[in-house]
Amino acid sequence: MEPDTFPKLLAATAARLGARTALREKDLGIWQETSWRQYHDHVRDFSLGLLALGLRRGDKVAIIGDNRPEWLYAELGAQGAGGTAVGIYQESNLDEVAYVIDHSDAVLVVAEDQEQVDKILDVIEKLPKVRHVIYSDPRGMRHYRHPALISFAAVEEKGRALGRGQPRLWSENVAAGSADDVAILCYTSGTTGFPKGAMLTYRNLLTMATSLNQVDAKLPDDELVSFLPLAWIGEQMMSLASSLAIGFTVNFPEEPTTVTEDIREIGPHIMFAPPRVWENINSMVQVKIMDTTRAKRLMYELCMPVGYKVADLRLGKRPVPPQWRAAYALAHWLLFRALRDRLGLSNIRSCSTGGAALGPDVFRFFHALGVPLKQIYGQTEISGISCIHADGDIQFHTVGRPIPGTEIAISEQGEILSRSPSVFAGYYKNEAATTETLAGGWLHSGDAGYLTADGHLVVVDRMQDVMQLAGGARFSPQHVENRLKFSPYVKEAVVVGKDRPYLTAMLCIDMAIVGKWAESHQLGYTTYTDLAAKSEVYELVLREVEKVNATLPEAARIRKFVLLYKELDADDEELTRTRKVRRAFVEERYRQVIAALYGGAREVPIDAVIRFQDGKTARIQTTLQVRELGGAAKAPTIAATKVRRGHAAGRGGGRP
Amino acid sequence: MGGVPQLEVMDVTLRFGGVTALQSVSFAVESGAIDAIIGPNGAGKTSMLNAISGVVRPQQGRILLDGEDVTRLSPHARTRLGLARTFQNIALFKGMTVLDNLLIGRHTHQRCGLWRGGIYYGPGRDEEVAHRLVVEEIIDFLEIQHIRKQVVGTLAYGLQKRVELARALALEPRILLLDEPMAGMNAEEKEDMARFIIDANEDRGTTVVMIEHDMGVVMDISRRVVVLDFGCKIGDGTPQEVKRDPHVQQAYLGQEDAV
Repeated sequence: MEPDTFPKLLAATAARLGARTALREKDLGIWQETSWRQYHDHVRDFSLGLLALGLRRGDKVAIIGDNRPEWLYAELGAQGAGGTAVGIYQESNLDEVAYVIDHSDAVLVVAEDQEQVDKILDVIEKLPKVRHVIYSDPRGMRHYRHPALISFAAVEEKGRALGRGQPRLWSENVAAGSADDVAILCYTSGTTGFPKGAMLTYRNLLTMATSLNQVDAKLPDDELVSFLPLAWIGEQMMSLASSLAIGFTVNFPEEPTTVTEDIREIGPHIMFAPPRVWENINSMVQVKIMDTTRAKRLMYELCMPVGYKVADLRLGKRPVPPQWRAAYALAHWLLFRALRDRLGLSNIRSCSTGGAALGPDVFRFFHALGVPLKQIYGQTEISGISCIHADGDIQFHTVGRPIPGTEIAISEQGEILSRSPSVFAGYYKNEAATTETLAGGWLHSGDAGYLTADGHLVVVDRMQDVMQLAGGARFSPQHVENRLKFSPYVKEAVVVGKDRPYLTAMLCIDMAIVGKWAESHQLGYTTYTDLAAKSEVYELVLREVEKVNATLPEAARIRKFVLLYKELDADDEELTRTRKVRRAFVEERYRQVIAALYGGAREVPIDAVIRFQDGKTARIQTTLQVRELGGAAKAPTIAATKVRRGHAAGRGGGRP
Repeated sequence: MGGVPQLEVMDVTLRFGGVTALQSVSFAVESGAIDAIIGPNGAGKTSMLNAISGVVRPQQGRILLDGEDVTRLSPHARTRLGLARTFQNIALFKGMTVLDNLLIGRHTHQRCGLWRGGIYYGPGRDEEVAHRLVVEEIIDFLEIQHIRKQVVGTLAYGLQKRVELARALALEPRILLLDEPMAGMNAEEKEDMARFIIDANEDRGTTVVMIEHDMGVVMDISRRVVVLDFGCKIGDGTPQEVKRDPHVQQAYLGQEDAV
């Protein structure tokens, strides 16, 4: 019989591949390897250790932390004991952590390090169901004496002791699992309300892995770098379901800050990442090219048009004339080969983007380099994926065709519906939402879309986000936002216009890139707030918005915009943990700014409080300018904008 | 603990021509302590550290490491006895990578000479691998993996400070002298640095003597404070005791409005 659960697959793969490398983690500057046999043994020991701690079949185990092998041991260990794993995003704040642990009824929590343990211990009084907190990194934990705490190694030791007494316990436990057991509870980040826990069974996840593999093949010799949150269904699909089913190697970065270098060292064959990651690579290249020597810049300017030309021909399914073939081969040797190596994309074969729309310009960029980027579409509720571009059939504006075993339909209201063996078993403890989402036997995505004549699915926007202007014209704010965000200077954009006479935008600059631009234009600045208030920066962004407007239909053009004084931030609840804008919340929070955009005001005084991940707050006082675009309106003269107080020192990087 | 203090400063007087930088200062540091030296500008704090590390030689008085008189020893001889320090103005090789700076910090532990070290085979290689392991553990400890191969001169100031601490720790010292480790840092960087100092003390068992102006940090992490003013010791005790001492308040805290 085919193995039909994760633990059965692990046991089978360990028996088949034994000493081959299953996992690799960079530690002390060196890639340390774990074989399939060792991987299996860790999982077995940890699983038996959980039993020793009193875990029973059907219990939930919450896991929080960065991407480490221990996450996989913990997840598979819980599953091997008949339990269900619940992933929590590592950047979650106290309320979010407490909500998920409490709602999922988790009895054990596996936390990576001191930072995560601190979060759990801060709220443990409110979590009476939690019996133990297991930590894997002992650093800084020397003085922790909480009775619920136990180290990962100690749990494995308990497991080994139990295993010595009952050598057949592990294999009996594994055999007791069945395909319809709930493997994971995946809490959706939810742009509205509390997160909901989607129950995904082994059947859901493994059907997905094998169906996807039919259209987007992965091989046992492939390498994957696991750097996106393991609480996210996409990473579960790659690092667990697909890796276990196919047997490729999963690599874990040394630290979240070293991901770029670690990817370069590994040179993965597979990469599945949300648009943000691809956009970052793209804008990083653009910035570096601005900074490089004249000779290299010339090379870039000569070669890229060749890449674009050939990519366009190929994507249009037209033949590439021999002279362009030759030019492309030359460009490949002169530039693309080196550039791909620098980005860690030399070996890439299966690479895709999903979760949100990716600008066509970014798509073209990767195809010009010879990186065959594909779009994926799906929800957590369908185990991640329902559509993907097939090889040689990639269209920028679509998300491809349904993968094998998946049916797609469009409801009368224009909503995308899907049906497949991977559709989830329901939301945990939420009958009402389950019935609503699965009404009529179809999974309701909440996305508006349509099918093209050749069977490709086009996703327009969230159903509730397709909006009408007061004049009746329909527009999708997200579509316009994505266009704006393709500018390297714009990090986030929120487009407003529902039931209003025209569209306006609130934009957040990209601190790193605008900062660099400011430096090269002898423009001094202190904080994010200060930089975003500079007239020169406004002029810079104004030109970018004009470019975007030129590509949009008359009704969907931006008429006015402001630059916000801070980046939108998940800690302020403005973004979800997967960095989607929470529109209603943002519009409420910046009500005053929006009022100014539709009034005659030239500037908006701001006095706001920002919140950090640890719950501390800081106050910002500044004045925003309102800029107008297009024909009659002209930009105001330089307004008296200054930062009165910038309490921004406490935040590193791009945060204000 | 009891027994001999790990570091003992006995009646030290230091003059530069007519200027008296230190006037019969005495104090002792127990093994495993985190002690701070505070005082207004020009009080002689850095001179004290220079005297302990051997950069300057006091005209009078003695300095003892584990009961052994080191007053006559050169700085590198004291380093070999387990003393390491950082400087107020960062003292790193700006043109070299972080990794190379840390490996150089290991030079006192280098056993192979030019010949055996130069031939990258046998004992030379084994030793280099061992040094690299120590350095990598420190890189991990101070969370600077992401800048391991970057050139020091290109790093932000706060990170350079952290690299300097790493360079000092690479000596695997038993006593670490820090000269204003938090100077010029923002709140978040200070918090990180304070945590690293505490970790170095608790996890690695390093005795720490630091000069620091940020009173919040001093009160938070040090267990004992020595106060200098115009080269004289005017206070010595727990942070609370020192805070309450009227002399200290007058000389330093009240005047400078630093709390």
